[in-house]
Amino acid sequence: MNTNNTMTTETQKTVKFRIKRQITPDSEAYWEDFEIPWKASLNIITLLMAQHTHPVTSLGHKSTPASYEANCLEEVCGSCTMVVNGKVQQACTALVDKLEQPISIEPMSKFPVIRDLMVDRKRMFESLKWIKGWNPVDNTAPLGEGPRISPSEQEKAYNFSRCMTCGCCLESCPQWSADEGFIGPQAIAQSVLFNIHPTGKSLEDERIKGLIDNGLNVCGNAQNCAAVCPKEVDLIGAISQANWQATKYMAKQILGNGH
Amino acid sequence: MSSSENKKRKIAIIGGGLAGLSSAMKIAEMSLEKKDIIVQLFSIVPVKRSHSVCAQGGINAANKTTGDSTYQHFDDTVYGGDFLANQGPIKKMCDSAPDIIDLFDRMGVPFNRTAEGRIDRRRFGGTLHPRTAYAGATTGQQLLYALDEQVRRYEAEGLVEKYEGWEYLSATFDTNGACCGIIAQNLVTMEIQAFPVDALIIATGGPGSVYGRSTNSVSNNGLAAASLYKQGAKYANGEFIQVHPTAIGGDDKLRLMSESARGEGGRVWVYGDASKTWIDTEGIERPCGETGKPWYFLEEKYPAYGNLVPRDIATREIFKIVYELKLGVNGQPFVFLDVSHISREKGREFLDRKLKGILEIYEKFKGVDPHEVPMEIFPAVHYSMGGLWVDDKTHMTNLTGVFAAGEADYQYHGANRLGANSLLSCVFTGLHVAGPEAVKFARSREKAAWELPTEIFEADVKKEKDFINKLMNLSGTENPRLIHAELGNIMTENVTIVRNNEALRKTDEKIQELQKRFWNITVPDKGNWANQSIRYAHQLYYMLHLARVIVLGALQRNESRGAHYKPDFPNTNIDFLKTTIATYNKDNDSPIISYEEIDTSLIPPRARDYTKKTVSAAGAISN
Repeated sequence: MNTNNTMTTETQKTVKFRIKRQITPDSEAYWEDFEIPWKASLNIITLLMAQHTHPVTSLGHKSTPASYEANCLEEVCGSCTMVVNGKVQQACTALVDKLEQPISIEPMSKFPVIRDLMVDRKRMFESLKWIKGWNPVDNTAPLGEGPRISPSEQEKAYNFSRCMTCGCCLESCPQWSADEGFIGPQAIAQSVLFNIHPTGKSLEDERIKGLIDNGLNVCGNAQNCAAVCPKEVDLIGAISQANWQATKYMAKQILGNGH
Repeated sequence: MSSSENKKRKIAIIGGGLAGLSSAMKIAEMSLEKKDIIVQLFSIVPVKRSHSVCAQGGINAANKTTGDSTYQHFDDTVYGGDFLANQGPIKKMCDSAPDIIDLFDRMGVPFNRTAEGRIDRRRFGGTLHPRTAYAGATTGQQLLYALDEQVRRYEAEGLVEKYEGWEYLSATFDTNGACCGIIAQNLVTMEIQAFPVDALIIATGGPGSVYGRSTNSVSNNGLAAASLYKQGAKYANGEFIQVHPTAIGGDDKLRLMSESARGEGGRVWVYGDASKTWIDTEGIERPCGETGKPWYFLEEKYPAYGNLVPRDIATREIFKIVYELKLGVNGQPFVFLDVSHISREKGREFLDRKLKGILEIYEKFKGVDPHEVPMEIFPAVHYSMGGLWVDDKTHMTNLTGVFAAGEADYQYHGANRLGANSLLSCVFTGLHVAGPEAVKFARSREKAAWELPTEIFEADVKKEKDFINKLMNLSGTENPRLIHAELGNIMTENVTIVRNNEALRKTDEKIQELQKRFWNITVPDKGNWANQSIRYAHQLYYMLHLARVIVLGALQRNESRGAHYKPDFPNTNIDFLKTTIATYNKDNDSPIISYEEIDTSLIPPRARDYTKKTVSAAGAISN
């Protein structure tokens, strides 16, 4: 008898969540509430999948599936960045059992909303062009090994290279906005990544110029970026290194091309 | 776009993972001098978010330090795939592998290093040589980023145009039957548009969605390959689906725990039970370990390869442990994958340098620290050895002007792919075959696609628009997501590790029933802005077709080979040492299965056996 009671309670357990909807870039945003049966190990993605299967609000109103971006579902592609219970994070690793209910799910606020939870992050990829985010290899011919890299240099580079362009750092940065001058921590860290590579170094001055032109000095050292980065990229270290490289660069300009 | 650019030749690449990006990089490089060809790169997601980021363990290439050779790599690959692949292309791939690693090294991939600063290697399944170069446990991500960077450089120079957030729908053919364009849909504006192109490369990866949940990403929906199959492309070896032995469950996806965990010394075990027995290859009955103590069953059964037997074998062993011997952890369908001893012996940081990428996935999703506690894992659908049929030398499909590269093609891996060979085949095919061959083809065409009358394209745009409108106007009682779940469940139950003909027949009937019910769906969003529901329904339509290709290929192959295992036909059968070819028959809306000879001219087929204490002479042949 007791067991049965427990089972009934278990099956009745639900998850309550709210999604901030916005059907087009220009339309008004509004909230919709949903409720689905609880299961073990749910994440935000499974909630959204359930909402797509039954797009009916908790008041019984028929709605539409909320558009969202997601791909790898294991926090390595950077697609599913959302603001969950007020905190910017990847929806795939946001586990329901660790979140207070009703769970609020909304799009990032700093990027233009396309629809619902989908935002336009094109600028993050554009900024990788501004900083010449590549190592200028000659061509793909079989030219032999690359430069020797010590294990400690590799570890430093790997840390920066795990950046998945998710946008958490930009969302949390008090200085960054999509239409203003500051390029933001993501591109700064990428610039440092290429500047530490023996081949990438040759473009250091151009990269630093790209950063200076795009408001490198605007960073107010709030350090929110490092706190929210899901991949523990050393964004603070990158910004201070980029500032040091910028100081060197400007000194060279004043002293005449470094001679 | 300026009119002079409009008059350049175009190559469309569908998919921006390793195969697509390496094709793009190569084509842009070949066009750098004359600027006569522009790459148009189409991808559902921004290319930097492609599924290649999920590849964890590494990329294979023979190296000088351990007595390895490119010939040994070739032999391991052919033998690992149970001889079901043309050998010429595999040899070329293995011969090119060391140069491919060097190229990525030059592009700046942060491969783990030896003390001297050279690229470190680790062991992977199906070989005794440490030949896998790696960047932590996110090697695919790092290789993809390196290519993404080089392609961005060409994009900045105007040689590559990206169409991110577009989905390929179908190909357009000229009056000679050669591909002259593609039809694609913008996933935000929902606009359907034709792109005249002079060659087309399909690099869309595998069809994991056919199985509902797998280790694949959301974008791996198989639509491009299935749509081409419906347009007459041959689909080869569809039934060869790799089930990876070590993954963790989830309602949204199954998450891979890389083979590299075992490459670094991770051990697979369950608690032994001496009252139960297993029979070794000599026919001797042996106890299932000591009761209550860890039983390292792979190490006991395969003393030379141990935990690093090929994936098909490890997967079947785990399946047997759980379902036949009922030795799963706490009676659940799990076995342990244990790296905690490495952490204890060599320290957390050592383990993190090698495997952090996967250990943090496990910890984030399971809430348990694998440095301290063994992981609970089970097999999951992972990779398709089969794919679009391509010509050995050019990677052109049987449709003129349509090429395929990477997981989307069927070459190289035969009946079972070895770990860390997929990244290699993606890059090799893009960089050395499909990329340059598409350039050659595009340049050789008499008339450029932009010169063709626009009516050809308009007719195909209309066809796609009409089809989508038809789906949009359905107003039945079925739910596309629930039909997909039914498809995924039956495919996972009947067309994965163990297959039998009765169940396969039922599965095919079930898919046909789902195909009928499909026309009774309602798409829950009728809008024309970022409508994901209509895309989902459209993808499901194609998944159902591809599922039948997989099932009928499996049904008709009455043997066991690599990933395809039928208890009723437990051995390989020389009559089936052939490539399965599925072609679409419009008359009954079904695949026709036929077979094609395989080139085994370099290494004569031999029985596959990983149980011996030492590796047979055949396994050690080298030139």
